[in-house]
Amino acid sequence: MAAKIVPKKYPMPEQDPKVRIKNFNEVPLGQDPETVKLEAARCLRCKPTKGKTVPPCVEGCPVGIDIPGFLALAKEGKFDEAIALIKEKNALPAICGRVCPYENQCEGACTLGKKYEPVGIGRVERFLADWERARGFRVPVRPAPTGKKVAVVGSGPAGLTAAADLARRGHAVTIFEALHAPGGVLVYGIPEFRLPKEIVREEVEYVKSLGVEVKLDVVVGKTVTLEELRREHDAVFVGTGAGLPNFMRIPGENLNGIYSANEFLTRSNLMKAYLFPEYDTPTKVGRRVATIGAGNVSMDCARTALRLGAEESYIIYRRSRAEMPARKEEIERAEEEGVKFLLLTLPKRYLGDERGWVREVECVRMQLGEPDESGRRRPVEIPGSEFRIQVDTVVVAIGQSPNPLVPATTPGLKTSRWGTILADEEGRTSLEGVWAGGDITTGEATVILAMGAGKRAAASIHEYLSGKPWPRDWRPVNG
Amino acid sequence: MFKILSKEFLCPTVAKFEIEAPLIARKARAGQFVILRIDERGERIPLTLNDWSPERGTITVVALEAGATTRRLNSLRAGDHLADVVGPLGRPAEVERYGTVACVGGGVGIACIYPEVRAFKAAGNHVISIIGSRTKDLLMFEREIREFSDELYVTTDDGSYARKGFVSDVLRELLEKGRKIDLVVAVGPVPMMKVVAEVTRPHGVKTVVSLNPIMVDGTGMCGCCRVEVGGKTRFACVDGPEFDAHQVDFDLLAARNRRYLEEERRALERLKGGR
Repeated sequence: MAAKIVPKKYPMPEQDPKVRIKNFNEVPLGQDPETVKLEAARCLRCKPTKGKTVPPCVEGCPVGIDIPGFLALAKEGKFDEAIALIKEKNALPAICGRVCPYENQCEGACTLGKKYEPVGIGRVERFLADWERARGFRVPVRPAPTGKKVAVVGSGPAGLTAAADLARRGHAVTIFEALHAPGGVLVYGIPEFRLPKEIVREEVEYVKSLGVEVKLDVVVGKTVTLEELRREHDAVFVGTGAGLPNFMRIPGENLNGIYSANEFLTRSNLMKAYLFPEYDTPTKVGRRVATIGAGNVSMDCARTALRLGAEESYIIYRRSRAEMPARKEEIERAEEEGVKFLLLTLPKRYLGDERGWVREVECVRMQLGEPDESGRRRPVEIPGSEFRIQVDTVVVAIGQSPNPLVPATTPGLKTSRWGTILADEEGRTSLEGVWAGGDITTGEATVILAMGAGKRAAASIHEYLSGKPWPRDWRPVNG
Repeated sequence: MFKILSKEFLCPTVAKFEIEAPLIARKARAGQFVILRIDERGERIPLTLNDWSPERGTITVVALEAGATTRRLNSLRAGDHLADVVGPLGRPAEVERYGTVACVGGGVGIACIYPEVRAFKAAGNHVISIIGSRTKDLLMFEREIREFSDELYVTTDDGSYARKGFVSDVLRELLEKGRKIDLVVAVGPVPMMKVVAEVTRPHGVKTVVSLNPIMVDGTGMCGCCRVEVGGKTRFACVDGPEFDAHQVDFDLLAARNRRYLEEERRALERLKGGR
């Protein structure tokens, strides 16, 4: 007799919206061991679908974690074994258990999800990672050194994953990070209330325990060049991310009080401006904050603004709700916290006061026309519909472009017309011995996709270091 | 951690630091800057390089006490460590043989113009240096700059030393007397650089200024340092810090540099109260 199907995920408690907008603590509070066992027991243990080697959920995981395997162990309460199984593929489970868009990946592919809610794979992963962190992670056994040296540029999700996988294969890995703390977007971009920085610090410590060295305050392209790294290492992986903020180039955009999302978030997350004056870096939001754009980063900005004391936090977006690129969960959290959505609205210019501070944003209303090349209906201005909103602060969160520092200072490293580094399916670039992956090759995407790219590149680097020749007919796949 | 090897007050509010930073020293060029952070709670501040020595593995920066961070920095001593020093950042000055180059330094900008004086001299230019400060006690690097200059003019606003007046007065006179100057490079307070730009504009002399906006990462990631040059938005940290003075919107720069005055005042009061 089949076990009775539990149609919904077991709930995870979270901070009440009214309370949490006054603090920077994490919103979801995690689950207890008994609930996690029940959640894990919802797994149907599917066989691989026809023609595949792994079940659908594993197919949906960019780093290929044995999901039914760890769920089966978790169901039995064998949490240590379950987390060990995850860590065979993923060195950063506490991070992934918080920021992965599971609904598009493992949980999106879950068979149970076709009729009911999918298994809460993300929350089980999160629990297991936290379980291990609370007890101190086991220091892994290091393999015999291969004598090969690999440089990793950037300590974001792609770089950390590539570094961990290469160190586990016995290579000597050094990460070069431009900022004063490792983690890339995990520390400067994602807010504390979604991903506590202590967790990033601990998972970076785990990667270091695998034998990876991290050198901070080294800007590759300035302090050292990629060419120098190539000369001193057997292989180089570039994971420098999408760190160049886009602006709309509309009048008044350089007025005081207008931030890029990167600056707004970096001040708060990396520099801890929310603790000013205990920490030296200031930030200010005033009463009304408008965030331009409706991606995950935009939601982070709008929610950060509330926590910094804004009374009104708006999202201004030129399309409609259906086209918002942010995860449903992030949009819902923002709404619960009181963020107001001004949809089908496009900023046209900013108006400032005599001291150069932004005071108003002039917008125009939009309507949706025919679908554009992205398949989404193109927003069209409604003539004469201009109106103004009073603001003290504006955060421009309309996306980031690839960081140009490494390509601009590395002759022969080919890029696309969008500035992404060209790479083949394994991450190999136009320079022998140099791989690239993550946002620097794809443009702005997600943490887990960058980790997947780091993982593929690490496998390819390992083969190369084991004697596989560099391909003669290099064909980039992201041109 | 980056060790301070030596520290010297040039005047009561300006200190010079020699810092152990071998990787930066190897790459540094005139016109570039570093970002430093004192400790875990510190903010990231940009400082233009005053000197460097690949042999000693050191860089030298000069800090004017302007707010809480620079006050704290200037209270450090030889043997202390800075949490972070990163660089060399920004594009180096375009040092070529132009002919006659006027290097203009005002206030703590004199410390920044010094490596340019040296570099333009080494490139075979006739170097006219014009340096000035508010008063005699604030004047610095006169001897060092004299060593690499073909001509040196010194001013103080209050006339307490050398000629009374502004650096821009000297430059204006030279140009009005018909001196042929092929390039002017100016570093100093925003109002000084703005005046220099207006002095050279009618004479059509190419003029470069080194801008000093507020920065966070210093690598082009945040856009905090955006300035307008020729009507276009540029990031001073990666596109600059040196730009064509005749194209720079100095009023915007001045307004943007006042963004955190209130917070700076709070931080300074807190520091003086002994946190």
